[in-house]
Amino acid sequence: MPVLQRVVKPTTRRGKKVLLKREPKLIENTKHTIFLKGRKTSELLSHFLKDVYSLKKLHSTILNRKNDYLPFEDVIPIEYLLKKQDSSLFIFASNSKKRPNNVILGRTYDFHLLDMIEVGVESYRGLCDFQTEKVMLGTKPILHFIGDFETSAELSTLKSLLVDMFCGERNLNAIALAGIEHVLTFTSDTKEGKIQVKSYRIMLKKSGENTPRIELEEIGPAFDLVVRRSKIASEDLMKIACRTPHELKAKPKKNIVKNKLGTTLGRVHIKAQRINRLQTRKMKGLRKTPEERKAERLQRNKRSA
Amino acid sequence: MDIVAKVLEKAAKEAEKYKPITVNKPLDLEYDLGNLITVDKNDLDHKRLREDNDNYLKELARDNTQLIINKIWQLPTEKVDEVYAVKLPPSTFALPREKRIPKPKALTKWQEYAKEKGIKKKKDKLVWDDVVQKWVPTYGYKRASVQRDKDWVLEVPQNADPYEDQFSKRVEEKKERVAKNELKRLRNLARSKNIKVPNIGLLPVENPSSTHLNIASHLAKTSTASLGKFQPKLPKEKPDAKPPSMIKKRKADSQVYNPGLEKKAHMSIVDNILNKKPKLDVEKAVNTELYNQDQERSEEKKTQKKGGKKRTTFQQSKRKGGGKGNKFKGEGGKKKSAFGGASGGKMKAKKSGPKSAGKGQRIHKPKGRKRR
Repeated sequence: MPVLQRVVKPTTRRGKKVLLKREPKLIENTKHTIFLKGRKTSELLSHFLKDVYSLKKLHSTILNRKNDYLPFEDVIPIEYLLKKQDSSLFIFASNSKKRPNNVILGRTYDFHLLDMIEVGVESYRGLCDFQTEKVMLGTKPILHFIGDFETSAELSTLKSLLVDMFCGERNLNAIALAGIEHVLTFTSDTKEGKIQVKSYRIMLKKSGENTPRIELEEIGPAFDLVVRRSKIASEDLMKIACRTPHELKAKPKKNIVKNKLGTTLGRVHIKAQRINRLQTRKMKGLRKTPEERKAERLQRNKRSA
Repeated sequence: MDIVAKVLEKAAKEAEKYKPITVNKPLDLEYDLGNLITVDKNDLDHKRLREDNDNYLKELARDNTQLIINKIWQLPTEKVDEVYAVKLPPSTFALPREKRIPKPKALTKWQEYAKEKGIKKKKDKLVWDDVVQKWVPTYGYKRASVQRDKDWVLEVPQNADPYEDQFSKRVEEKKERVAKNELKRLRNLARSKNIKVPNIGLLPVENPSSTHLNIASHLAKTSTASLGKFQPKLPKEKPDAKPPSMIKKRKADSQVYNPGLEKKAHMSIVDNILNKKPKLDVEKAVNTELYNQDQERSEEKKTQKKGGKKRTTFQQSKRKGGGKGNKFKGEGGKKKSAFGGASGGKMKAKKSGPKSAGKGQRIHKPKGRKRR
C-alpha cells in the first residue's frame, strides 16, 4: 500500500492564490519565459539576452547567475527552474569555441521538455544601436514569416517556437487600434541557411481613406539565426499538447439554416396544445348542475380506484 | 458637369498627395488575425537580399504590415473607454498548451451522496440572535467571537459531574470534530487519487451504543497475530458484531428475479454433477494398489502351502521379526498400521526382542497375526 503523502493546505490566502494561479486552466495564462546564462557568455550574448528580455518584459524573468547546464545533455535542471518560476519557455545563452554565441530556445509541456532548438546568433545589432523612439511595453507585435518555413521539421518547429515566444499577450478578445505598433519579421533565407530577425515600429500615415498608410522604422534588435542542434517533440506528444479542451470547442447550432439569399431560417418545435381545456367564456347557462357534478366526481373516483 | 469634373479633379489631387494602401503580391498571404501573424510564401529576391538587405526587408515588412492592417481595419470595432478596439477572431495557429487540460475536481463522499439524493443545503450567513439581539454569522469570520460573547456562562447538564469544566469540555469536543473532519478530508483526497488507505477502525463517541461496543470488542478481538482465532468467546457475544465496512453486502441480482441468471446458476449445478470427473488421489491409489499386490501374493503363498505344511510354520515366525515380506507394508493406511503396530508390538515383546520393539512395529499387519 503506498503511503499517503502529507497534503498541506495553503495556510494563507495569498499562498492559496499563488497555488491557484499555477493550476492548469481551461484558458491558460500567457506563457512566461526565463532567460538563462550558461557557463560562459560573450558580451554579444548578454546584450542579446537583455534586449530580447526588454521586448517581452511583462511575461519573463531574467536570471543573472551563470549556470553549468548543458540542455542537450541534461534538461532536468532547466525543467526544475521552469517549474519553480511557473514558466514554460526558456532562452539559454552560452558561448564556447565549438559553438560561438549559442542560444537555445525551448519550451515545456506539463513541466517536461517539449522541444528545443539551438541557434547561433550572428551580425547582432542591439536596441541601442538604433537611435529611435521605441515601442510601448507589452504591446502585441505583428509577426511576419517571410520565405520558406515548411521544408524541414526544424524550421517549422522554430517557427512555432518563435510564435510562442514573441506573440505577446494570448487570448485577447479585442485589441486597441492604437496599440498595434510593433512588427517583428522573420525572414528565412534558405540559400544562406539563415533566419533574419528584424523589429520595426509602425507609423500610421494619412491615406485619404479609413485605413491608414503604413510606414515602418527599424528599432532593433536585428540579428541572424543559424540553426544548429535540435530536439523536436514526437508527433504524439505534440498532438496531446495541442489539444483543445472539450469545453472550448464550438458546438454546432441546431435547427438554424441560412438560405442562399442570406436569410437565417430557424425551426421551432412546439408541444401539442391542449385546446379542449381552453377556458372559454363563462355563462350561467353552461354551468354544470349539482347532479352532473356528482356524476362526474363518481366517475373520477371509479377511475382512480 | 462642370462641378462634377471639378470635384473629381480635386479628389484626384487629394489622392495624389497620399501614398497608396494597396499592395500587389503574386501569392496571397496567410493570415492569423487572432494572433496577428502573417505567412508570406512568395519567393525572395536573393540578389536584393544580399546587396540591399536592410531596405529590401523593410519594404517586405511594410507591404505585409499594410496588408494585415488593411484586414484588421475591416474587423468590427467597438469603443472601450474612449479607445477604438477591434474584436479579434479566435486564433488559428495551433500552439501547444503550457499545462495539461484540467480534470474536473473529484467530489467528496458527501457531495457525491448529496448529488445522488438531490440534497441542497443552504445555510444563511446571517441569522437574528435573540440572546445578543444582533444579526450573527452562522459560520466563518467572526462567528467564534460571537459564540464566545454569547456563552459567557454554561449550564451544567443534569447527571453531569458538577466539578467538570464545561468550557474545557467544549474545547475538547471541538478539537475532536476538527480532527475527524481533517481525517475525512484526507480520506477524500486519497479516494480521489485512487490510493488505498487502512481502515480507521472506530472513532470515539460520547455515549457509545451497544452496537458500537460490540464492534469495538470485535475489533479488539481480531487485532491479534492470529486474527482472533484463539480468543475466548465472551458470554452473550453476538456472532456478527463487525464494523459496517467489514460486513459483506449481498449483491442486488440475488434479490431481483432474473430468469436468465437463475437458469444459468441451475444449469451450472447440473453440469457440475453430470460431468463429474473422478478425482485422482495419488496416495490412496498407491495404497490400494499395494494392498491388492499384497493380497495376490498371499493368495499365491496359500496355494504354495498346500505342497509342504511343515516348513511354513518356520517361515512365519521368521517374517514376524521384520523380514523380506514386509517391504511394502510400511506404507499402508494410517489407521491400519497404527492398529497393527499396537497389537503386533505386544507379541514382539515376547518373541523378537528389543530391536523391533520401537517404531519398527508399524510395519506389522493384522494379517500376519490372523494367520497365527
